Amino acid sequence: MFRRLPDLARPSVSFLLDGERAEGREGESVAASLLAAGRPVCRTMPVGGLPRGPFCMMGACFDCLVTIDGVGNRQGCLVSLREGMDVRTQDGRREIGR
Amino acid sequence: MKRIELLEEVAAAYDLVVVGAGPAGMAAAATAAAHGFSVLVTDEAAGPGGQVYRAITTTPVGRRDVFGRDYWQGAALTAAFAASAADYIPGCAAWYLDDALQVGLSAGGTSRTIAARRVILATGALERPFPIKGWTLPGVMNAGAAQILLKSAGLVAAGRVVLAGSGPLIWLLAAQYLAAGAKPALILETTPPGQWRDAVRHFPGFLPSPYLRKGLALMARVRRAVKVIPGVAELAVEDEEPLRVGWKRARGAAGTIAADHLLLHQGVVPNINLAAAAGCALAWNEAQACWQPETDAFGNTSLSGIAVAGDGAGIAGAEIAAMRGRIAALAAAEALGKISHEACARLVAGERKALRRFERARPFLDTLYRPARAFRLGAAEAMACRCEEVSVARVREAVASLGVQGPNQLKAFLRCGMGPCQGRFCGLTVGEIIADVRGVSPAEVGYYRLRPPVKPITVAELAGMKTTAADIRAVVRS
Repeated sequence: MFRRLPDLARPSVSFLLDGERAEGREGESVAASLLAAGRPVCRTMPVGGLPRGPFCMMGACFDCLVTIDGVGNRQGCLVSLREGMDVRTQDGRREIGR
Repeated sequence: MKRIELLEEVAAAYDLVVVGAGPAGMAAAATAAAHGFSVLVTDEAAGPGGQVYRAITTTPVGRRDVFGRDYWQGAALTAAFAASAADYIPGCAAWYLDDALQVGLSAGGTSRTIAARRVILATGALERPFPIKGWTLPGVMNAGAAQILLKSAGLVAAGRVVLAGSGPLIWLLAAQYLAAGAKPALILETTPPGQWRDAVRHFPGFLPSPYLRKGLALMARVRRAVKVIPGVAELAVEDEEPLRVGWKRARGAAGTIAADHLLLHQGVVPNINLAAAAGCALAWNEAQACWQPETDAFGNTSLSGIAVAGDGAGIAGAEIAAMRGRIAALAAAEALGKISHEACARLVAGERKALRRFERARPFLDTLYRPARAFRLGAAEAMACRCEEVSVARVREAVASLGVQGPNQLKAFLRCGMGPCQGRFCGLTVGEIIADVRGVSPAEVGYYRLRPPVKPITVAELAGMKTTAADIRAVVRS
């Protein structure tokens, strides 16, 4: 779990995480918001099914892939959180049509 | 600087395209724009700064002392970039580059190619793979990733935080966590103890650099507050939920610690994917144990018109990155006739003078913090390739039993390097393992043959691109 420092001056942003209301902060990446929400797992691997979460936070490792607003395999660490975003963790490989 | 949000608002052609808005990219762009270039800077992040000055214009952390003085030195670079006439598109991936200087960009789910007269790749560094058992588990991440979370979102790892590895970033992050009121539980230092003896002969070059005083003060501050176990020679995550980190020192002592977070780091290496995919020749840097593009003194690669500046051309730190960015921009200005040869030589000489002071410090740092061979090769149970989930043991077995000569041949057997990260977190490990089994140098086994797109884009995105004659030329190899 990651915690926010007490003196952050950033408005909160609400979004959907696997269909449930969650809170993040403006200017955060989706991956950061998930970590702060106590959700360290973004997806399970298409190869062996094991869970993965953000590892590099700079767009290189692809472990933080999530489905955002219906588009699969988005890099959570490179997408800024927006009000009302529909974020879904992924199970295995990207679904056809997503 | 003009910030562009939509890819369609980027011009069709620029004098200079700079990939990356870290210190090298920002310095190159500001210098080139000052010499009358039309400049586009593309960057994947939401704001300028690269990783070292990540979120410098937007960080929500109110207390400036948390990051330390070096971080805020990036403010001058960012200000010069902001004041320049360059175009800047954040949130944009450069996924294609060729020797005709066509650049493929993707942003907001669409792609297009644009033309450049010169390209400066300022793609920076990645953290070196650190393949220990359990490094793929949630809760284990790169120390640099934790630092990015702190800078960009004001987030710190909660609970018991263990830092493991070697190199300046471990100490810097520990100091920043302390300043933020998040004391790490333990530091497991993996620098091989004997390397002091090798490094000491490079000390005269290190002595006049600003790194010595700053480094010693930083380490002293951390040591006063955090327990440090030096000379760790074996490291593994033995159990999960909670993580149980096992360690063993070179001289016998061993232990385990329960942790909520394990932050790993063993130095940084050049991010070469775009340069390599464009066809720039690579060279093995034995001192830094990594591949880097072959460059001349101005950053020019083997491909005419393409230069690499900053850590993407070889690890040298943020100060040198900015100087190398300016030098590459000045060389481009001369090449395009914006300044005379004499003016270029004079301006470059000024940069080089400042550069040398930092450059002389490098051999000491490279020697002292060269990651232990055992940690570069990885433990048998560790994943060598995170994407395709291939263990170090399987790579070793395949190389030995099938007589694999290099990493490209290995793809056919194990798919290493064929996942979405495109070798960024396995390439060095796999190369060193093959070299070890074959008993040759990593230089001899070579690196993955990288091809565009260097970031995944969908077929729909490709199919949706406007196909002018120039676009077709950009993707069809003649």
